[in-house]
Amino acid sequence: MNSVIHARFKLDYGGFSLDVDLELPGRGVTALFGPSGSGKTSLLRCIAGLAHAPDGFLQINGSVWQDHTKRIYLPTYQRPLGYVFQEASLFPHLDVRRNLEYGMKRVPVSERRIALDHAIELLGIGALLAQKPDTLSGGERQRVGIARALTVSPKILLMDEPLAALDLARKQEILPFLERLHDELEIPILYVSHAPDEVARLANHIVVMDGGRALANGPLGETLARLDLPIRLGEDAGVVIDACVGTRDAAWHLLRADFDGGQVWVRDMGTPIGAPVRVRILARDVSLALVRPDQTSILNQLAGTVVALADDTHPSLVLVRLQVGNTPLLARVTRLSAHLLGLQPGTAVWVQVKSVALLG
Amino acid sequence: MIFNNPDLAAIWLTIKLATLTTAILIVIGTPIAWWLAHTRSWWKGPAGALVAMPIVLPPTVLGFYLLVAMGPDGPVGHFTQSLGLGLLPFTFGGLVIASVFYSLPFVVQPIQNAFEAISERHAEAAATLRASPLDTFFTVMLPLAKPGYLTAMVMGFAHTVGEFGVVLMIGGNIPNKTRVVSVQIYDHVEAMEYMHAHTLAASMVIFSFLVLLGLYTLNPTGRRK
Repeated sequence: MNSVIHARFKLDYGGFSLDVDLELPGRGVTALFGPSGSGKTSLLRCIAGLAHAPDGFLQINGSVWQDHTKRIYLPTYQRPLGYVFQEASLFPHLDVRRNLEYGMKRVPVSERRIALDHAIELLGIGALLAQKPDTLSGGERQRVGIARALTVSPKILLMDEPLAALDLARKQEILPFLERLHDELEIPILYVSHAPDEVARLANHIVVMDGGRALANGPLGETLARLDLPIRLGEDAGVVIDACVGTRDAAWHLLRADFDGGQVWVRDMGTPIGAPVRVRILARDVSLALVRPDQTSILNQLAGTVVALADDTHPSLVLVRLQVGNTPLLARVTRLSAHLLGLQPGTAVWVQVKSVALLG
Repeated sequence: MIFNNPDLAAIWLTIKLATLTTAILIVIGTPIAWWLAHTRSWWKGPAGALVAMPIVLPPTVLGFYLLVAMGPDGPVGHFTQSLGLGLLPFTFGGLVIASVFYSLPFVVQPIQNAFEAISERHAEAAATLRASPLDTFFTVMLPLAKPGYLTAMVMGFAHTVGEFGVVLMIGGNIPNKTRVVSVQIYDHVEAMEYMHAHTLAASMVIFSFLVLLGLYTLNPTGRRK
């Protein structure tokens, strides 16, 4: 079994239990998503060996780190992983350079695959090397923390809500660096988060957790479009679509993002033609019509089919799952509208998208 | 020179005793402090109380029981005699052992407080950076506990210099072997040599002040938040 992470853990402590058996892709970014107390951090700590689930099993891309039937349990310091804590947790007695070197010095030269300079360049922290952690801003500290996790040339990168302690501006500062990690390094990343916008922007795969259980485990786009899941995203319910820039309308400052089954116009943020982009369409921004609307301000109109309907957060609303070509979409409409239009599985509809967010 | 030869001998002996005692206490106090800081065992309470006992006990009580234990009929006395070491009371060695007990809490407690103040997160971060527990102890825990060690060394040294009751019980008053500064001052006063007593006593006052001044100005914990 190559390029697969297999994790099975059972853990019980006072009122909380973790019980998961997951197969995750051995590449790309997997989001562990759920509310606080859902067990996502506990799962990450079990994978790191920071929490010990006695009868667990863990295999990362072919190497077994824990197997209770064979009495295998690698302590944390023997697991080739990188861990980014919610607070950067830099060593306060060492300057930035020594913090970065701390882990690297402990990895045999033959196992080093990420050069110190590469990690420094990747996170843009070259100017900070001589500083002590307490002179850095929160965003800088976290970037150093991420670089430090990379210097041990990990086989997997574990990130525990690395942006949660930062304000919006700092998050915007770090997100591009996280995207670069994903693009430039061939390491699987497990990313714990309760923020839908981070997940939408970074993840390829998602595990939805609640009450110590995994409720869903699948590719991001598909999983977000599922109706049977209590992904209580509320206002954030919606889908993420991987697209590619098709053309540019310079006169009107618009870009056309093409995806499997359709195309949408988005604000032109300077992305080059042909570049992969990710767009997010929230269910509340999608409305439905039986005939093609004309004389409307809404630019993005797609022909689709109703796949299923499901209860939403309020009895007056329904969530409608649609299929546009091969791409699933979600729409949030009132129950009354659905009734008046006679929506049911198979109904052909015009899908109007009021707003599309271009992610990164 | 304002000190006479017996005074200088007493000062030298005191410095030797305090230095040796502090060195021993740093070595044995570190594992005790580490254990007290991290254990969840039921024994933490009793052990902590035992370590702190010398703070509240009259030194004569401590000295008395140490004397009994190290005496010819005591368990420690039996042991040292069986090793051919003879008896410890009224020797410099006996004084060192007594001082170690007497000053134990003043070394263990600052180190323990320093360990307790270090976030568990730092040890976890070190483990994710491939550092074994022992490696982590020397490269992360000890450097972060440095202010605690500085306090422990100063307190252990100064407290040993200031002991009197335990010395009298265990060591008596033997020149060059057990006659430390505090005992020498007592002797001067007994002999009505107030000027000699003054010079030694005043030196102790100045020494104590300088030591504490150094501690409070050098120790970084006092300056940072």
